[in-house]
Amino acid sequence: MNISEIINPANLVFDKPKVMNDTPMHYCPGCSHGVVHKLISEIIEEMDIQDKTIGIAPVGCAVFAYQYLDIDWQQAAHGRAPALATAVKRLLPDRYVFTYQGDGDLASIGTAETIHACNRGENIAIIFINNGIYGMTGGQMAPTTLKGMKSSTSPNGRDIPRNGNPFNITNLLAQLEGTCYVTRQAVHTVASVRKCKKAIQKALENSMLNKGTSIVEVVSTCSSGWKMTPAESNNWMVDNMFPEYPMGDLKNI
Amino acid sequence: MNTDKKQNKEEVRLMKGNEAVAHAAIRCGCDGYFGYPITPQSEIMETLMELEPWNTTGMVVLQAESETASINMVYGAAGCGKKAMTSSSSPGISLMQEGISYMAGAELPCVIVNVMRGGPGLGTIQPSQADYFQTVKGGGHGDYKMITLAPASVQEMADYTVMAFDLAFKYRTPTMVLADGVIGQMMEKVVLPPFQPRWTEEEIKQNAPWATLGKTPDRKPNIINSLRMDANDMEELNILLQSRYREIEKKEVLFEEFDCDDAEYLIVAFGISARICQKAVKLAKKEGIKAGLLRPITLYPFPIEVLKKYAEKVKGMLSVEMNAGQMVEDVRLAVNGKVPVEYFGRMGGIVPTPDEVVEALKNKLIK
Repeated sequence: MNISEIINPANLVFDKPKVMNDTPMHYCPGCSHGVVHKLISEIIEEMDIQDKTIGIAPVGCAVFAYQYLDIDWQQAAHGRAPALATAVKRLLPDRYVFTYQGDGDLASIGTAETIHACNRGENIAIIFINNGIYGMTGGQMAPTTLKGMKSSTSPNGRDIPRNGNPFNITNLLAQLEGTCYVTRQAVHTVASVRKCKKAIQKALENSMLNKGTSIVEVVSTCSSGWKMTPAESNNWMVDNMFPEYPMGDLKNI
Repeated sequence: MNTDKKQNKEEVRLMKGNEAVAHAAIRCGCDGYFGYPITPQSEIMETLMELEPWNTTGMVVLQAESETASINMVYGAAGCGKKAMTSSSSPGISLMQEGISYMAGAELPCVIVNVMRGGPGLGTIQPSQADYFQTVKGGGHGDYKMITLAPASVQEMADYTVMAFDLAFKYRTPTMVLADGVIGQMMEKVVLPPFQPRWTEEEIKQNAPWATLGKTPDRKPNIINSLRMDANDMEELNILLQSRYREIEKKEVLFEEFDCDDAEYLIVAFGISARICQKAVKLAKKEGIKAGLLRPITLYPFPIEVLKKYAEKVKGMLSVEMNAGQMVEDVRLAVNGKVPVEYFGRMGGIVPTPDEVVEALKNKLIK
């Protein structure tokens, strides 16, 4: 079989979602962002909502999300994405509005915006990438960095008396009256990718049902920041991140 | 004042400056107000909540968790091509500076009303004009300017709210109505502006083709963004912004002159200070001092050319401000040493009296 036969549409077994454009991604090998981007693209295409979707990009590694998905985007100041999404959804209630945020953005500098958007029950979907580290700025300690986990600002490991505790913000958000769907997912195996896709789709669908805020936390890897190979990162995530941030639905109304 | 409006008697109302802002916002087709309570401007959001415009025009009114959230909600709304506004007072406006800089960088139009109070810090709830520098020199980070309108009456609180939206969209820039605690709190007669419907989505697509309303097959994605990783791209954005500011400086300068024709001494004052100085000019005349008043209405763009013109005619200028002397620097720059320019003001929430202004004129300029 030569190359022309392989790329023959009749033989095609997998294609890039049309919502995803051809811009080369800046994400590191093994990073979870690319997979989650692809899932969102697939869902938008399958739900046929490209013309009804507005994404809010964060500050952090996903700051360039707007370069990869062919939808309308607003790029927010660090942590402020839920405030932007609040206004967009309230003024355009028939649109699908989602934020895409990392742990530093959502759980540190944007804690107030996140909690209050969820507490008001804004009809938005929040995609929360939790890799326990600041990737974009070079591997500093995040609010979600695990106890004893090394980072460039906790070189000897997170020390609780000095640095405080890992912040499990998703547990907190699940307790708020305004949230309708709070789930924790990952994208390290084929099965988990499929489950995560279903969760993101449900979050987007919920945003049209006037039920409140949906949050999909994706516990993720950062092989560059963690200084591991992609395969090692997946194993380390399962062994270390999952006990602190367990998989599954925290709330589903 | 517009005589047509005066004749329209049923529309004349007595209200506070803050209330006038709320009425004007609804009437000019504002789509969204996002704010956080702070004295002395809380009546703006209170009035909006009482008027319930969501039942009439469909305008969204939301009390945010902070000023930081408010300005970012304005960002989100403006990014959709909506007419969005917020209001606050000095400490709250300080918190909004991040968002204002981002909106300037993302070329987003919006209206921000600052009803100034005394500072620094938590300061006082009494009126002040001490945010002049913050407003016209940037406030947030980076090279940007913000069109600034300074009302001196309740009528102008209403009129400038409407005008601010027009300018904001004309130049795709945040625009500030810079008032103070006196203008916000005092009650005067006001003729409310006529009702304009909110823009339909079709109108938004016409007026703001950059708006994020959802990517349709006929166009590329719209991206609201101030990030440019390449320094060349970032400089290009800066050049675009600067060329827009030069156009604003050329076309949008507004000022008012009182008794300036034969003036030997020119008082320069804005907002409530200009109202006080009108009286001071009259008192000075009684004493045989030929004084006139120039009142900048736009603080940015600053009325440089008219000040240059007066610098050829008068013996000296006095900048009267409720701060430690901020606008005086811009008056001096405009005059460029042609005539002496002095400052008189009160700080920390004290409103100067007309007599104090006349005394300052005599002591500092006439001697």
